[in-house]
Amino acid sequence: MAHTDCGHLEQILVSENIPPRPLPDTRNAGEKFWIAAAEGVLLVPKCTACSRTFWHPRPRCPHCGSTSVDWIKATGNGTVHTFTVVRQSGDPYFKTKLPYAVAMIELDEGVRIMSNIVDTPLEVLRIGMRVEVLFEAAPGGIAIPLFRAQSRGA
Amino acid sequence: MTQGHLSGQVSVVGAATAGIGWDTRNSVSEIMAEAANKALDDAGLRLAEVDGVFAVTPYYWMPSATLADQLGIQPKVTDSTNIGGASVVAHVGHAVRAIASGQCEVAVIAYASTQRSDGGKLVTGADVLPYERPYGALFPISGYAMVMQRHMHDFGTTREQLAKVTVAASRWAALNPEALKPEPLTVADVLASPLVSDPLRKLDICLVTNGAGAIVLTSTERAKKLRKPAVSVLGTGESHSHCYVTNMRSFTATAGVESGKAAYEMAGLGPEDMDFAQIYDAFTIMVLLGLEDLGFCKKGEGGGMIDAGIGPGSRLPVNTTGGGLRYCHPGMFGIFLLVEAVRQLRKECGKRQVETARCGLVHGFGGVLAGNATVILGVDT
Ligand SMILES: [Zn+2]
Repeated sequence: MAHTDCGHLEQILVSENIPPRPLPDTRNAGEKFWIAAAEGVLLVPKCTACSRTFWHPRPRCPHCGSTSVDWIKATGNGTVHTFTVVRQSGDPYFKTKLPYAVAMIELDEGVRIMSNIVDTPLEVLRIGMRVEVLFEAAPGGIAIPLFRAQSRGA
Repeated sequence: MTQGHLSGQVSVVGAATAGIGWDTRNSVSEIMAEAANKALDDAGLRLAEVDGVFAVTPYYWMPSATLADQLGIQPKVTDSTNIGGASVVAHVGHAVRAIASGQCEVAVIAYASTQRSDGGKLVTGADVLPYERPYGALFPISGYAMVMQRHMHDFGTTREQLAKVTVAASRWAALNPEALKPEPLTVADVLASPLVSDPLRKLDICLVTNGAGAIVLTSTERAKKLRKPAVSVLGTGESHSHCYVTNMRSFTATAGVESGKAAYEMAGLGPEDMDFAQIYDAFTIMVLLGLEDLGFCKKGEGGGMIDAGIGPGSRLPVNTTGGGLRYCHPGMFGIFLLVEAVRQLRKECGKRQVETARCGLVHGFGGVLAGNATVILGVDT
């Protein structure tokens, strides 16, 4: 575990023995999101014209159409809106992870994103539970944001 | 603008299925054309009269052109709109407008897939949002599982209530000679089937089969001169809320609210006027959401309505074929909802016939509740 300078944020180093996690296409408006994740920072797009956050990253604000889109640093804290535990998969990477949790996380910044909940017993997963981000390093100078149950006192 | 002036202008005059089964030696275009030809025979119309072709399937780049080519005709209008399983239900609205405006006179709407023979898995051209790709959500299963989870949380909907959707489907399938899974099922059977993506189990999920279906539409004026009772298109509506699970505005309600409202308004009817409903059931939760969002009960009361019964003999018969859960499911079930609605309204359904059927609703969902299309059909009595 390589700790970053972001307090509760951690980087998980990928083992070399398992097939790689499927990676996102970064040739789009979200490139900075994945690069920032490698620095231990969770970014959320915010429109400077209408001051609203949105998801997913786009060149134009989906609320007002402005191209004045910037990023804000998210706290990395959120709430589970809904989740599922996946029990079967044909994917070479996810086959090694079964069973695993996929969730929709409502970030405190007001957007809902998909992620995995890791380092958390599956039987404690609940809608409404508080979670915090951590980052898994990936090839190409990016990292994948994941979530886990918030540690006590967070 | 209200669409009421289009209500009843166009009718379905032919309906057929082809190639429903576990195994086939035919191609997708062959069974799609076979369904179209059988639907034309059913209508008593000739292939040469078809000047509108509406088709969808994940197999071809230009599905409506593939079908026209396979049929050997040169249509004036085609439409390959793909909004997943809602596609052909939306095509009905498009065909109504093409016929009512004089763009074409006789329209065929068709779908086909041989996914069972091509690996036994859902065949789609679905892309993956970059912000979902790293997380291993099963498409579309995990999306529906998360909808189920949230509905159970917010409204106290139970696993047993959702299992009853499959049980009701099995009871309808037992009455349908075309159904591929007519065996009886109990709530215990559904709840004992393996978890795939919690809380969703194997028997919450549709079959994977081959099959094709087609319907033929023309003006109601012309339909009245044809041999079978005209099944009029009284209302159509569409609404599309998202494409990707990430961008769902709600995990407990669908844009079926809006597509249903549009269809009811065009028809000048309400849910209380429907004698049956055919609601796309790739997953049990879809039927529950359809009942709520199309106004058959209030939001959150779908579980109670399922407890009261949606099987044979119930107040509102739902999915009278056995649906995608127990009849057949070649990937996009919309065409089979439409074919069944036509057969019910013509009183061709034998043991599963809804005796009071004068008017019925068809609702298609596409993707993970993304595309929504509603059609209301009726017969003169
Ligand atoms: Zn804006």
